[in-house]
Amino acid sequence: MEKTVNQKAWFLVLPVLVLVAFSAVIPLMTVVNYSVQDTFGQNQFFWAGLEWFREMLESERMWNALGRQLLFSGIILAIEIPLGIFVALNMPKSGFWSSVCLVLMSLPLLIPWNVVGTIWQIFGRVDIGLLGYTLDAVGISYNYTQDVFAAWFTIIIMDVWHWTSLVALLAYAGLKSIPDAYYQAAKIDQASRWNVFRYIELPKMMGVLMIAILLRFMDSFMIYTEPFVVTGGGPGNATTLLSIDLVKMALGQFDLGPAAAFSLMYNLVILTMAYVFYTVMTTLEKRGG
Amino acid sequence: MAKITLDNLAHSYLPNPKGEDDFALKELNHVWNDGEAYALLGASGCGKSTLLNIISGLLHPSQGRILFDDVDVTAATTADRNIAQVFQFPVVYDTMSVRDNLAFPLKNRGSDPAYVAERVRKIAEMIGMEAELDRRARGLTADAKQKISLGRGMVREDVNALLFDEPLTVIDPHMKWELRTQLKSLHHEFGHTMIYVTHDQTEALTFADRVVVMYDGRVVQIGTPQELFEKPAHTFVGYFIGSPGMNVIPATVDGTTATVDGNAVPLGRSYGAVQGGATLGVRPEFVSLTDEGGLPVTVRRVEDVGRHRIVRADLFGNDINIVVGEGRAISPDMNRVVFDPAHVNVYVNEWRQEGEAV
Repeated sequence: MEKTVNQKAWFLVLPVLVLVAFSAVIPLMTVVNYSVQDTFGQNQFFWAGLEWFREMLESERMWNALGRQLLFSGIILAIEIPLGIFVALNMPKSGFWSSVCLVLMSLPLLIPWNVVGTIWQIFGRVDIGLLGYTLDAVGISYNYTQDVFAAWFTIIIMDVWHWTSLVALLAYAGLKSIPDAYYQAAKIDQASRWNVFRYIELPKMMGVLMIAILLRFMDSFMIYTEPFVVTGGGPGNATTLLSIDLVKMALGQFDLGPAAAFSLMYNLVILTMAYVFYTVMTTLEKRGG
Repeated sequence: MAKITLDNLAHSYLPNPKGEDDFALKELNHVWNDGEAYALLGASGCGKSTLLNIISGLLHPSQGRILFDDVDVTAATTADRNIAQVFQFPVVYDTMSVRDNLAFPLKNRGSDPAYVAERVRKIAEMIGMEAELDRRARGLTADAKQKISLGRGMVREDVNALLFDEPLTVIDPHMKWELRTQLKSLHHEFGHTMIYVTHDQTEALTFADRVVVMYDGRVVQIGTPQELFEKPAHTFVGYFIGSPGMNVIPATVDGTTATVDGNAVPLGRSYGAVQGGATLGVRPEFVSLTDEGGLPVTVRRVEDVGRHRIVRADLFGNDINIVVGEGRAISPDMNRVVFDPAHVNVYVNEWRQEGEAV
């Protein structure tokens, strides 16, 4: 049978191509374009090669922001994962109260980032915020606009408040999937509470916890809105995380070239980290955690 | 090892049970002897798992007491009762090695490491998993996992009782035989009191010294396989055990004669005048197909199952099954049945009447 040649089929994929081009390819390539050129305004661009990448890699500012970012992600993971597991372990397993818990815990997840930032910005204010005012009244010096520790404390508590529920809900789902027979067998084997956690609950939760860690790491590594609304990156540059720094550079100073180089490297770092995380955790999973 | 006494025991899953129907396990009083192997046999939902979980302490009964060797353990925890239980679906600690899985119950009780190692070796040999001792339990097949569960149940020597909740459901048929035989030899060797829950009559009859038949939340009969076969105490036992089950035929009974639809049937024992309706229970093995005497039947079909043939017939509107042994001819003019009087049981309200010897 003759094979029909009909190039018109290409038109069928055209809409998708156009859509993806406009939503992803063109914007991304614009960034790539910026990252290898320099401009002095008037829409005139000059070839700069890898100069911006070199400059960014040598820039103390970027390394500092990366350091702060890693510290931030590290702290919130170290708090949210154990806390989320702890909350899930202590939630009622069934009945009315379990539904109440689930609804209450989903609430923070449904609040827009901007609003979360605003809530904590006001909550922490010394003059009118409940938290700030109370701390001030009992004689604890707390002012997130001037004190570095207070600023970090606020954005970390805010993130924990916002996202621990996600970890808890995922861990809870993992726990619910464990058949009763496991707990009964553990009772009969006289396993201690710790052993039940170590040998039954934790292994059965590993899958969902892996997802929780990955999600929370990626999200916190890209965080922008909430800390920006609360501290604006201050005091000084104390809470200027990678995204905040990037926006300052690109839109505040209008340094398009360096900002483009920065964002490409940022993107690569996230991809690499996610890949490493995933590989390490799936290997652990295979070996049996 | 212990004698288990169930005193006035009953259980309902409802907080305020009203009538008897609300009880998943109806009141019962029994003494189960030390060192015997019991099988709890019954259809799904008859309360056999409820009873097992009450004995193991996973469930607290609504009323009554449980005694282990005359010590009241009703309020004792599962761990304090010192029992072992194997569940329907394998429970293994995935992240541990097979060895650690088997050693876990001993280690948790602080046993001497040398003793633990010795026991684990013995159990591994018994379940045939010596080669896999050092691999992780994760990723083993379901029946390997269930063998580990069985092994973990048997690793302690001093248990009061070993409980099995349909443990062979997930195991391959040939492995089933092997494990059941091993359980049985283990029972002979160590003399543990064993309670084995199953809905499979073959499993129950081959495993147990005594079979406890449950029906609708009630223990209807406790007996040896032979007693269950020859003298089923309840019509349920009659048709649940046996393949095919006992024939149940409505009749009126007076003295040593029963009347089925106007035809006299001789009985082996005397029952006096039974008030109201009675039923006759005759196992298909004790019904013979002939061409004269007895009761008229309409033969519907003959099934050849190898060792014998099963004749499915109609007796005054009731189904009746007849087992015809090997080498015995069936001819078209055989349309009557005769019951062996010694094996005709009389039931009133579903319960067997003892009668008097004649």
